[in-house]
Amino acid sequence: MTEAAQPFRVLPRLTDDNRHFWTGGADGELRVLRCQTCRYWIHPPVAVCANCLGRDLAPEVTSGRGTVATFTINHQPWYPGLDPPYVIAMVELEDQPSTRLTTNIVGCGVDDVYIGMPVRAVFEQYDDVWIPFFAPEAAT
Amino acid sequence: MRAAISGVGQSDIGRRLFRDPLELTIDACLEAIADAGLDRSDIDGLSTYPGAMAIPPGFSGPGITEVHDVLRLNLRWFNGGMEAPGQLGSVILACLAVEAGLANHVLCFRTVWEGTAQADQGRSAVMPGSGRGGGYRADGFMQWFLPYGAPSAANWISMYAQRHFHEFGTTREQLAQIALNGRRNAALNPKAVYRDPMTLDDYMNVRMISSPLCLYDCDVPSDGSTAVIVSRDGPVNVEAVSTAIRGRPSWDQWDDLTTMALRDAGADLWTRTSLTPADVDVVELYDGFSFITLAWLEALGFCGKGEGGAFIEGGTNIARDGGVLPLNTHGGQLSAGRLHGYGFLHEAVVQLRGVAGDRQVPGNPEVAVAAAGGGPLAGCLLLTRG
Repeated sequence: MTEAAQPFRVLPRLTDDNRHFWTGGADGELRVLRCQTCRYWIHPPVAVCANCLGRDLAPEVTSGRGTVATFTINHQPWYPGLDPPYVIAMVELEDQPSTRLTTNIVGCGVDDVYIGMPVRAVFEQYDDVWIPFFAPEAAT
Repeated sequence: MRAAISGVGQSDIGRRLFRDPLELTIDACLEAIADAGLDRSDIDGLSTYPGAMAIPPGFSGPGITEVHDVLRLNLRWFNGGMEAPGQLGSVILACLAVEAGLANHVLCFRTVWEGTAQADQGRSAVMPGSGRGGGYRADGFMQWFLPYGAPSAANWISMYAQRHFHEFGTTREQLAQIALNGRRNAALNPKAVYRDPMTLDDYMNVRMISSPLCLYDCDVPSDGSTAVIVSRDGPVNVEAVSTAIRGRPSWDQWDDLTTMALRDAGADLWTRTSLTPADVDVVELYDGFSFITLAWLEALGFCGKGEGGAFIEGGTNIARDGGVLPLNTHGGQLSAGRLHGYGFLHEAVVQLRGVAGDRQVPGNPEVAVAAAGGGPLAGCLLLTRG
């Protein structure tokens, strides 16, 4: 895919706190911060574990799998260059279902998404960011 | 609690007034001061939500500093900021300040000018990251939403609505009643932005914004300012307030996707009063998006969890005239304009004082709830006629 063919997306500002999440896709990995003491996955990433208040935290590779907890088909053209319709979803991580990612469901029709759908992370590079999207497990 | 709403005021309200937001604010403040029978020199407290903010454009008018300075107030206490239990958190704090004796008369205000800020550019004009060239990068919590084309609470609330539909069988036809009820009431409110009749067919056929929410499920960006004065005594008593939030303070990490922070604020309200939901005569519940109102109805115990759709079905229960629980009697933000929370409190006070004119709820209502906020924001007040 050429860069010119990509839709417009507002990208995150990369920092030492979030770089693991937004660049893991370069290696095909969905990385989430994890407490090395109690093994709790921490998202969004912060410097203290909310489960045990531990400070020894490090990014780890998740399974990349999850389940659609809920979704919406967005029809509103919020940004020139990002054409609706597209699906916005909250995906529960298989590794820790109480933790969700807001994302887009790609790789299927917008009408094919359902609550409970098994999905897997896929990545698209925009500049120095690899945005994690999710696609139906069956299609990956 | 020992606090009262002693006066209310409101500026002109419109889709696009092209007037300075400070001017609108002062109009509302002066009207509230006069309504309370006070003089500017009596005001010794000032409170607002969210305070001065440059971004997003139009989301807030003047902050504490500008209003303080223009009115040349002599303050003993003030508060402004957005880390609060919803938009009405600024009023709730004022109640606490009065009860604690930190101030006698607190002027509270909320100003929006989102209509003018958008001008003729539409919603995308005020979206973060839009129109700023390719270099803009998202920080903070917005970084988790903007890369996915999900910049709006319309997207986030839609996902809660979708989950509610999924778990409880709630339908668009049921949810429509929030919008239809608001429009019926707005027809009787001369200040409402949209007053033309709306039918169920209109609702079902209008364009989708973010499924299952359509255009008429989303409030209308407007210009206007609302002010209220909190004092120790007044024609409307603050019986109880509520600010609880027990889950993660987040749009997408909240534990139960059929509720929001309002679940906790709603339930907690009844722990501070001998009144019960059955005692309430009129409710003014936040409708930045229609689903939020349905969720407040459940959270406050006016129906059971998951039963909100059935409760509002057909609109009979929530009708202004003859309903068991008249709702959003001014039209709500869906039809009367997005005054961002304060409009509901203003309307509750007007109804309890019996001065709502054509839209007055019959039967001399004595108890009202005003509630504001969705997602991780929630705060509510139980009010009684003094």
